[in-house]
Amino acid sequence: MSSIPHDHAAGHEHAHEHHPGGIMRWITTTNHKDIGTLYLWFSFIMFIAGGIMALAIRAELFEPGLQLVEPEFFNQLNTVHGLIMIFGAIMPAAVGFANWQVPMMIGAPDMAFGRLNNWSFWLLPFAGVLLLGSFLSPGGAPSAGWTLYPPLSVQTGMGMDMTIFAVHIMGASSIMGSINIITTILNMRAPGMTLMKMPLFVWTWLITAYLLIAVMPVLAGAVTMLLTDRHFGTSFFNAAGGGDPVLFQHVFWFFGHPEVYIMILPSFGIVSTVIPAFSRKPLFGYASMVYATASIAILSFLVWAHHMFTVGMPAAGQLFFMYATMLIAVPTGVKVFNWLATMWKGSMTFETPMLFSIGFIFLFTMGGFTGLVLSIVPVDISLHDTYYVVAHFHYVLVAGSLFAFFAGIYYWLPKWCGRMYDETLGKWHFWLSFIFFNITFFPMHFLGLAGMPRRVPDYATQFTDWNAVASIGAFGFGLSQLLLLVAVLKAIHSGPQAPARPWEGADTLEWTLPSPAPYHTFETPPAVK
Amino acid sequence: VVIFIVVFATMFYSIYAHRKSKGHVAAQFHENTTVEIIWTVIPFIILVLMAWPATRTVLAMKDTSAADLTVKITGSQWKWNYDYLNDGFGYFSELSTPYAQIENREKKNEHYLLEVDRPLVVPVNKKIRLLITSSDVIHAWYLPSAGVQQDAIPGFVRDDWMKFEKTGTYRGQCAKICGKEHGYMPIVVEVKSEPEYAAWVADQKKKVAVAGGEVDKTWDIKDLTARGEKVYAANCAACHQANGKGLPPAFPPLDSSKVATGPKLAHISTVLNGVTRDGKPTAMVAWKGTLSDVDIAAVVTYERNSWSNHTGDAIQPSEVASAKVAAK
Amino acid sequence: MSTNPTGAAPYYFVPKPSYWPITGSFALLLMGFGAACWFNAYAAGPWLVLAGFCVLLTMMFGWFGRVIDESEHRMYNAKVDLSFRWGMSWFIFSEVMFFAAFFGALFYVRNMSVPDLGGLDQKLLWPNFTPAWPTNGPYLKDVFTPMEAIGIPLLNTIILVTSGGTLTVAHHALKAGHRGALKAWLLATIVLGFTFLFLQAYEYTNAYSALNLKLSTGVYGSTFFMLTGFHGFHVTIGALMLSVMLARILRGHFDASHHFAFEAAAWYWHFVDVVWLLLFILVYWM
Ligand code: HEA
Ligand code: HEA
Ligand code: HEC
Ligand code: CUA
Ligand SMILES: [Cu+2]
Repeated sequence: MSSIPHDHAAGHEHAHEHHPGGIMRWITTTNHKDIGTLYLWFSFIMFIAGGIMALAIRAELFEPGLQLVEPEFFNQLNTVHGLIMIFGAIMPAAVGFANWQVPMMIGAPDMAFGRLNNWSFWLLPFAGVLLLGSFLSPGGAPSAGWTLYPPLSVQTGMGMDMTIFAVHIMGASSIMGSINIITTILNMRAPGMTLMKMPLFVWTWLITAYLLIAVMPVLAGAVTMLLTDRHFGTSFFNAAGGGDPVLFQHVFWFFGHPEVYIMILPSFGIVSTVIPAFSRKPLFGYASMVYATASIAILSFLVWAHHMFTVGMPAAGQLFFMYATMLIAVPTGVKVFNWLATMWKGSMTFETPMLFSIGFIFLFTMGGFTGLVLSIVPVDISLHDTYYVVAHFHYVLVAGSLFAFFAGIYYWLPKWCGRMYDETLGKWHFWLSFIFFNITFFPMHFLGLAGMPRRVPDYATQFTDWNAVASIGAFGFGLSQLLLLVAVLKAIHSGPQAPARPWEGADTLEWTLPSPAPYHTFETPPAVK
Repeated sequence: VVIFIVVFATMFYSIYAHRKSKGHVAAQFHENTTVEIIWTVIPFIILVLMAWPATRTVLAMKDTSAADLTVKITGSQWKWNYDYLNDGFGYFSELSTPYAQIENREKKNEHYLLEVDRPLVVPVNKKIRLLITSSDVIHAWYLPSAGVQQDAIPGFVRDDWMKFEKTGTYRGQCAKICGKEHGYMPIVVEVKSEPEYAAWVADQKKKVAVAGGEVDKTWDIKDLTARGEKVYAANCAACHQANGKGLPPAFPPLDSSKVATGPKLAHISTVLNGVTRDGKPTAMVAWKGTLSDVDIAAVVTYERNSWSNHTGDAIQPSEVASAKVAAK
Repeated sequence: MSTNPTGAAPYYFVPKPSYWPITGSFALLLMGFGAACWFNAYAAGPWLVLAGFCVLLTMMFGWFGRVIDESEHRMYNAKVDLSFRWGMSWFIFSEVMFFAAFFGALFYVRNMSVPDLGGLDQKLLWPNFTPAWPTNGPYLKDVFTPMEAIGIPLLNTIILVTSGGTLTVAHHALKAGHRGALKAWLLATIVLGFTFLFLQAYEYTNAYSALNLKLSTGVYGSTFFMLTGFHGFHVTIGALMLSVMLARILRGHFDASHHFAFEAAAWYWHFVDVVWLLLFILVYWM
């Protein structure tokens, strides 16, 4: 999340090079570090945008009755909140990390395709404009939920079309980004860096990229069918013509479930890097981590219909998807236990990255357990589309993906900008986030169990108390994120100079480079034992 | 749930314990196949233990046979229609919370947002088969206290069942996002003892017979518009707006529209049969299944004599009935 | 830095900063927004799409031109070449998944939703519907004639398979250094490709006029036209790629060892070929 000040970078340029300066540098860059920085800042901006929508949602839900927004607008906020957070905040942040770290961790000079890398990034802001711009279109933004289920999504206005195209563009960006990352990993490792010597973060991204290439086109297909159903009279999702609205759900979740692992695997990678560093002990069970990641990826293609237990599928289908879903807990459990074993008898210190990683393990596991609860068909039938689900996925997404990214930011910030962040500020950020996170999302379990449906702007009076608590928590959580901004900006501008390897236990390749990492690194490959 | 808590407690303990190891010299072990196998196998066993009862429940839940009573439930934006297939009557069930409460101008009732004009009435201790479908978008009939949630999918009928052991009122809501009033689509089920239920059914059948009488009578234009206004507000205003101006381009205005000021028959059949484009239904669905002939006659009369439309036509239910026949 | 003008062999080629990517993003924004306007009947729509398309074309000429230039100046070493191979393979994999979504939809309607619509529970809604394939569903009344496998589709199959063969011959000629044969066989491939497209277009017009088979003819029409349509679109792209290859060959590009662009186009063509075979079997025949 840092930017190397321009003049600083220029000092490293080779004599014959001509690089554009100022804004043109960022627009035309083919450098993985620049692009990584762009990704991370973009993702932070989207996080704020999505977060503000979340706050609007929480404000409306503070008490029963309609206060601030119309129901239709509420639905739009909710839909765009989901889409922006997933496609705008979490995924680009993960790609940002990959851009910065993958080449440095495997000893490559840059990403395999520099220009394509630039395009992958620069598609995103444009797609973002299209998606957010839909608020201004007649009829407003899409309001059918981020899952865009037809026929509701066939009813709405032009905003839906803009969203569909935005999804196409973001999909193209993800596919190109993933091709780039896979190629980099497969082809550009330094000599001696065998696959099984790669840092786990690289492994998780290799598998994530594979998932992305496999499912983003499927999403593109799904929204394309939606588009033609909307405008060209096709009947994919229309029973009158022999189609089925549920078909969309199948196609969507065939994308959607791997998608949630796309959002969590890079986080697993970050946590697997941070935990050993602060335990001063090698990662426990490296090989089993790799296999666990791969199993999660494979299983993720077989569980999609656990989002659809209430559509009325045959019992055999429900059972199959229930078993397959439960099975994912096994490899995920292996990971959790490996992290614990890494810490076990280590010599731990608790700097901010470590705190976020531990917070991650703790809260993600809770989210994982609620996921497991939801995978049980009879239970899910009572809890589907209630706030229990909302609680589940915010535990795995916010306390999971997002916390791990925070850990990654604090961990690598010294490498990125050459300066240390303020540890006290970081710890405040962690503790406030941790506490407010739980205040916000823990009560949602109770709401769900009491039967409060999700995606409603208003609710029955018995849900009032917990909603009020959640809303207060949400504002606290949101404000705590300002600390991140402050911590990062402060580090960039006035943090103390960072040594090449600020973390005693860190042993991956990037720490052999000076801090900040020079503009071009590993132009000749390092030798890896 | 117990397993959940046990695993969770272990988890919490281990993290807590590790924190104390601050200052330890790092032990450098990082591979131990036995432990790894153990913690692969144990979760697996736990899962099997969880899956077993779940499987039995699933199979039981799917068994909709041998029902005592069948009700067809149709979701539509934003109300439910209950159709007693065995007894030949049915009705709509809609939110009855006054708008003033939603907009915070009045104190909220005890059952704010969970109250309807006409609940679904069922007998106690009977297996009730539900045939759930929808006439527009996907809704979900969700009654947590009975453990029922089934999506209502347009064009498909999905079945489910429920059974109540106690009389009383059970409340739930539409659970699948279905548009702007998704949050205002409650479900109320009133479980009555068997004799009470029988009396209720008899009463309903009587009402149907009375409604039959309304069809034959010749209506006065005033009564028609008055009734039509209500029908319009309940069914049409969502799209065409109370002021008749619609929401172009999606929903055309009816105020001064060619159809609403043109020939009567075309107007009636538009409402009866809906509008199709390229052979497909548009958002303007056929209303003949949802509204009675009287209601259609009333709403058409209302539309032809409201806003700036002044045709002076009074459409009689019999005209609607004959238009129906003509269409066949 | 890798582009080292003194000629020392760089370890890996990292391109110079480029403004083509952002041009492309801008083009896609124009096209996406334009299409959204177009489909909602705003007059500006088609023009925006057109403008976006022009920008996109400019971008492609510029970007690809740059790549060709770099390639011809031998800036890509073996490692870069391998990157391209990985890249193209994964790209084709993503295309496979795109088609998989539509084939999946076809499978689903044929084996799940259509039989279900004729099932017992659905009699309440569609009392008179008997499931069969092809169908346009329980509601639509229009009568239509489904596509036959024998006839143009079979001919097209033969054409495409043959074109795969001619392309392989061309590739061998390239590797053996027979430029004349290369040009002839490549040209033959391209001609076959465009013949395929021409016949396909004819088949579509025929479907609309004589068979009353349209995009809006229920799920049969939807799946038929979307699958074959996207395939046709890919054939068009493939044929254009091959045409560019021909143009480059005529300018003397490529030699026996250095011709990945040609191979990439060939891979793509074979991929399109395989998709057609699936289409022929699953859409036309079964
Ligand atoms: C990062 C994202 C992420 C992750 C990682 C997960 C992980 C899991 N999810 Fe979740 N999920 C979402 C994001 C995610 N989910 C989202 C966004 C939705 C809602 C979408 C929407 O409708 O809008 C959703 C919805 C969702 C549903 C549908 C609910 C409904 O709509 O009714 C279900 C049901 O099965 C489910 C299950 C699971 C399971 C079993 C896991 C498993 O992977 C969890 C595995 C982890 C553990 C189990 C913990 C660690 C394990 C151990 C310590 C081992 C020992 C334990 C035991 C063996 C018990 N999820
Ligand atoms: C990774 C994804 C992600 C993240 C990070 C979040 C973050 C948050 N989410 Fe979200 N959420 C989803 C993914 C995510 N969500 C999805 C997929 C859905 C489902 C959508 C659907 O139903 O279709 C959903 C739905 C959802 C709902 C359900 C609404 C409903 O069903 O009606 C709620 C309600 O409380 C909610 C709340 C929040 C809150 C309070 C946060 C907070 O964590 C946000 C905190 C962040 C901020 C508040 C911004 C921080 C910054 C500032 C405030 C700085 C100040 C500003 C400046 C300097 C300019 N989310
Ligand atoms: C879900 C939205 C919706 C509802 C509810 C609805 N309509 Fe419509 N109506 C439409 C749409 C959309 C059209 C335009 C269809 C078309 O021409 O494509 C339309 C067209 C019409 C027309 C023809 C107007 C013209 O000038 O072409 C009439 C008359 C009409 N509706 C009457 C009614 C009546 C009466 C009701 C209530 C009983 C009603 N509508 C409820 C959406 C709706
Ligand atoms: Cu009906 Cu939600
Ligand atoms: Cu899932």
